[in-house]
Amino acid sequence: MLKHAQFPLYALALALFAFAPELVSPYHLSLLGRFLAFAILALGLTLVWGYGGILSLGQGVFFGLGGYCLAMHLKLAALPPGEIPDFMQWSGLTQLPWFWAPFRNPYFALAALFLVPALLAAGLAWLVFHRRVGGVYFALITQALALALSTFVISQQPYTGGFNGLTDFSSFLGFTLTDPSTQRLLYWLTLAVLALAFAFCSWLVRSNFGKLLTAIRDGENRVRFLGYNPTPYKVAVFALGALLAGLAGALFTLHVGVISPALIGVVPSIEMIIWVAVGGRASLAGAVLGTLIVNFGKDWISSAMPDLWLIVMGLLFILVVTALPGGLTGLGASLRRPVPAFRFPFRFPERKPSSAPTVSIVAPEAEDLP
Amino acid sequence: MGDSAVLLGQLFNGVSVASILLLAAMGLVLSFGLMHVINMAHGEMLMVGGYLSFLTLKFVHGPAAFLACLLVAFAGAALLGALLELSVVRWLYGRPLDTLLATWGVSLILQQAARSIFGPIGVELTAPAWLNRSFSFTQGWLAGVQLPYIRVFIIVLSAAVLGSVALFIGRSQWGMLLRAVHQDREMAESLGVNTRLVDLLVFALGSGVAGLAGSALALISPVTPTVGQSFIVYAFLVTIVGGLGSLLGTALAALLVGIFSAAVQINFSLSTADVLLLLMVVALIQFRPRGLITRNSRSLSEA
Repeated sequence: MLKHAQFPLYALALALFAFAPELVSPYHLSLLGRFLAFAILALGLTLVWGYGGILSLGQGVFFGLGGYCLAMHLKLAALPPGEIPDFMQWSGLTQLPWFWAPFRNPYFALAALFLVPALLAAGLAWLVFHRRVGGVYFALITQALALALSTFVISQQPYTGGFNGLTDFSSFLGFTLTDPSTQRLLYWLTLAVLALAFAFCSWLVRSNFGKLLTAIRDGENRVRFLGYNPTPYKVAVFALGALLAGLAGALFTLHVGVISPALIGVVPSIEMIIWVAVGGRASLAGAVLGTLIVNFGKDWISSAMPDLWLIVMGLLFILVVTALPGGLTGLGASLRRPVPAFRFPFRFPERKPSSAPTVSIVAPEAEDLP
Repeated sequence: MGDSAVLLGQLFNGVSVASILLLAAMGLVLSFGLMHVINMAHGEMLMVGGYLSFLTLKFVHGPAAFLACLLVAFAGAALLGALLELSVVRWLYGRPLDTLLATWGVSLILQQAARSIFGPIGVELTAPAWLNRSFSFTQGWLAGVQLPYIRVFIIVLSAAVLGSVALFIGRSQWGMLLRAVHQDREMAESLGVNTRLVDLLVFALGSGVAGLAGSALALISPVTPTVGQSFIVYAFLVTIVGGLGSLLGTALAALLVGIFSAAVQINFSLSTADVLLLLMVVALIQFRPRGLITRNSRSLSEA
């Protein structure tokens, strides 16, 4: 939440990130750029999960849809007029499929990368939530969505580029993508989008909408009893989360120059949860922090010992959820919380002392009363 | 081979897949119904069952070796399940989404462990000779249909497990305690039922049954580190479709999902079948949001 006391801190952080191109190596800058794009997705996940209490295990789907919408345009923009992308030729297509055609227009692609993820998310969320199915069921349905969509994209080789995804882009809106100055502009663009999204989200969670959202998370039935219908709020926040994910996917595609099914399946989707969980699920600053820490950590660990990353991620899930439910930003509160005593599930027969006090039903002494 | 024969063969495949799905989903339904805990590492119980069967066949030979596999798979997976309940799940009661994430972490670790021990490529199980035959119809309208013994065996196994679990829950002393905790945890607790022990046993039982499923699955496809992960999503869909009311609902849902997938795959690819399956589940939710078979209850469900 954006409080006045914290404002200088955020301004300082923003300034520091803005000067990053001067401070770090080009390799780390490119990493930072794509991780900041991830952070935009993490903000959406914080709204959906941290504030709305809706766990989405399919956020990669919306990330991917945003990425593919932009990538389809980039792919077409790299071609001379009248030609079709290389992978379509290899698969024996001679004509551009109808749903590819409008993506020639960059503004159509820009609109689509917002609308496609948001509309799909809103539709799915409405179908599930209006029947009052939620919680774990919704999480499992989103996971099934991630599985279904990623295998579907892989199988539709002629239309989606299959397992390899879409790559080989040259320019966007007249900017040459491989140019170092474009890379810098792209970094600043990502940072600006992230800052705007951050400001918007922190306004949103303090608004009435945010309060209702938290109320729905903590007691959906009570909100119903107060006369509100929770469904539109849940649908709206899920769609907003998907929109931010799509935006993140598009920026990521510009940074990396490729979008493929490997980035949108079940495992990447759940990896996104750990970014937010590490930072603190109900903290917007925590989402950004967690995303950066986990991703730089992943980069470092998987370049040193590739096999180790999955184990580290597994341990992170267990540790964060059991010991640190508030994440890094909730560290203080977690430390103050007393550790629950472990109760062995078996009962050993108790040895009765010979002089067991007999139960007597008498009025309690005055000092026993609280 | 006529059209009806193709259809029947595919239907039979669907039923055998449904049997494994039923075994996999049973533990999920039991532990979610009882404790509101979703165990994402449940798929790895299948994997463990598969690998344990593979190891057992290295040491035990003879015609009854596969039965030993089933026993080892059940016991091993049940033990692992109990360990998981004691070490992780126990701390997270009342936080279903958190349990989901923590058990997902466990599943990642188990997968990576399997990858380190057995390698990323799957291991093959050789089915015993008495299972390597099939019923085949040579005449009549069924001519050309082949029913492999392996798949028949899987269907029989899963029916037998379903029956035993139903008997256990409906007729045994422990089953009575289980039903009591399921109906009203606080009341059962105040009457002296050790609910935590019941939870532990149910979790172990569910994991053990998943181990059996893994053993059965190993007969028809190689055991890989990700076998559980790829299978468990369907088991979750079965849970959603079947509801948490009864094992009968789970069985019906498993049949529905298995046969639907098999039927769709006659005309479409596997990936399209996945998409259609998801659409069917979302459509079903519109009509039966609490699953196919539900218990009547006046309580407000927060699940």
